[in-house]
Amino acid sequence: MMIQVENLKKSFGENEVLKNINVSVEKQEVVVVIGPSGSGKSTLLRCINQLESITSGHILIEGADISDKKANINKIRQDVGMVFQQFNLFPHMTVLENIILAPMKVKKIARDQAKEKAIELLKKVGLEEKADAYPDSLSGGQKQRIAIARALAMEPKMMLFDEPTSALDPEMVGDVLDVMKRLAKDGMTMVVVTHEMGFAREVGDRVIFMDGGYIVEENEPHELFSNPQEERTKAFLSKVL
Amino acid sequence: MGFRFDLIWGYGPLFLSGMMFTIGFSLAGIVFGTILGLIVSFGKMMKNKWLSAPFVCYIGFFRGTPLFVQILIIHFGVVPKILGQSNAIVAGVIALSLNEAAYIAEVFRAGIQSIDEGQTEAARSLGMSHWQAMRYIILPQAVKRVLPPMGNEFISLIKDSSLISAIAAPEMTYVATEMNAQYTLVWEPYLTIAFIYLILTLIMSFIVHRLERRMATK
Ligand SMILES: Nc1ncnc2c1ncn2[C@@H]1O[C@H](COP(=O)(O)OP(=O)(O)OP(=O)(O)O)[C@@H](O)[C@H]1O
Ligand SMILES: [Mg+2]
Repeated sequence: MMIQVENLKKSFGENEVLKNINVSVEKQEVVVVIGPSGSGKSTLLRCINQLESITSGHILIEGADISDKKANINKIRQDVGMVFQQFNLFPHMTVLENIILAPMKVKKIARDQAKEKAIELLKKVGLEEKADAYPDSLSGGQKQRIAIARALAMEPKMMLFDEPTSALDPEMVGDVLDVMKRLAKDGMTMVVVTHEMGFAREVGDRVIFMDGGYIVEENEPHELFSNPQEERTKAFLSKVL
Repeated sequence: MGFRFDLIWGYGPLFLSGMMFTIGFSLAGIVFGTILGLIVSFGKMMKNKWLSAPFVCYIGFFRGTPLFVQILIIHFGVVPKILGQSNAIVAGVIALSLNEAAYIAEVFRAGIQSIDEGQTEAARSLGMSHWQAMRYIILPQAVKRVLPPMGNEFISLIKDSSLISAIAAPEMTYVATEMNAQYTLVWEPYLTIAFIYLILTLIMSFIVHRLERRMATK
């Protein structure tokens, strides 16, 4: 089991945003998380790599409890790549520097070796000619593909995507989804928050529907989309499909 | 009676040494103030309220009281307590540095906090520690942003260093007051130093602009 979330609760002050969440993600599984705005999807992802501290419950990454005070969170995060809606590329560095920084500083990989790997990743996302460009000169779709390459450079065992295409112009969405589809095909374990139902159908092994801080329903994509069991799922799907 | 250039010329060596002292005090204030200011700004940003409290008080005191009063306290109170005797140069350097640090600390803090939270999150999600994220991601971006306001602080410091003439530190304004006392001349000494201060602050803003341009293209 790659990710195991047990009885997770998360509150911001008085506001309980995640109410007893239980999920597990197996190796090479692609889990898609859908749900209305404010349902807690981002918060769940952010708890999984401890960008938010959890209020109660447990999160295990490859069996190691990350909510344990003694857990080395920097070490665990190396195995958990994250891609953000707003890309969060480092604007003061070139594309190449963005990609090689963490491998060099965190994993202590030699510059030449990190560079070689970075070029390989840039080829994979179709942007090798942008190695020396600065992020500000790239389109949104290009930025997001670089952000994916940057996360992959740490050779993570799993990847979390938080609405990776929501900030993109429609014509850019396809390029980013293609990269993600290939990643899924290569066997990456992925948790993807998205509104792209086509993507969920095509590459998702399982879809989780969240609402109001609960997991309301989960099933394999075809089942969930064509035969939802819960009223809230039906109501949501009738709006987005 | 005309403008007595001849007397200014006669005071030339004194003005020159006064100017060197003004430059020295300013540079000391800039260097020590920046180093201390960086420390104080990190102190103030600590999450633990008890740990950050002394830094908050420090900034509050030095920004909330007149520099002139600080100079008097340090010259007549603090320095004699430490050295056993008064010393205007030491007192001047300490007062300017401590005061500058409080302002620089606030400039740094504003600069660091102006960097988008997502930058830190991206860095941390790649496995970087808090300090690695600070060093490689946040500080390089913050430095670019704080350069213009820091330049303004440095310019203020050059001008404010004139206040230490009150404790007879041998800087430029003190030389001018001496000349004023000796010849009962007003325009000659004070216009002369005003002119020199202007040159110094212009040089300072030129340097800051150059740095800004260099950083912008990098
Ligand atoms: N840092 C925070 N402080 C306080 N409240 C927060 C914080 N982050 C999120 N929330 C609240 O938690 C709830 C869930 O937010 P979250 O971002 O997880 O929703 P989401 O499902 O990702 O929504 P969206 O589709 O709009 O991204 C919201 O009500 C939000 O206001
Ligand atoms: Mg969200």
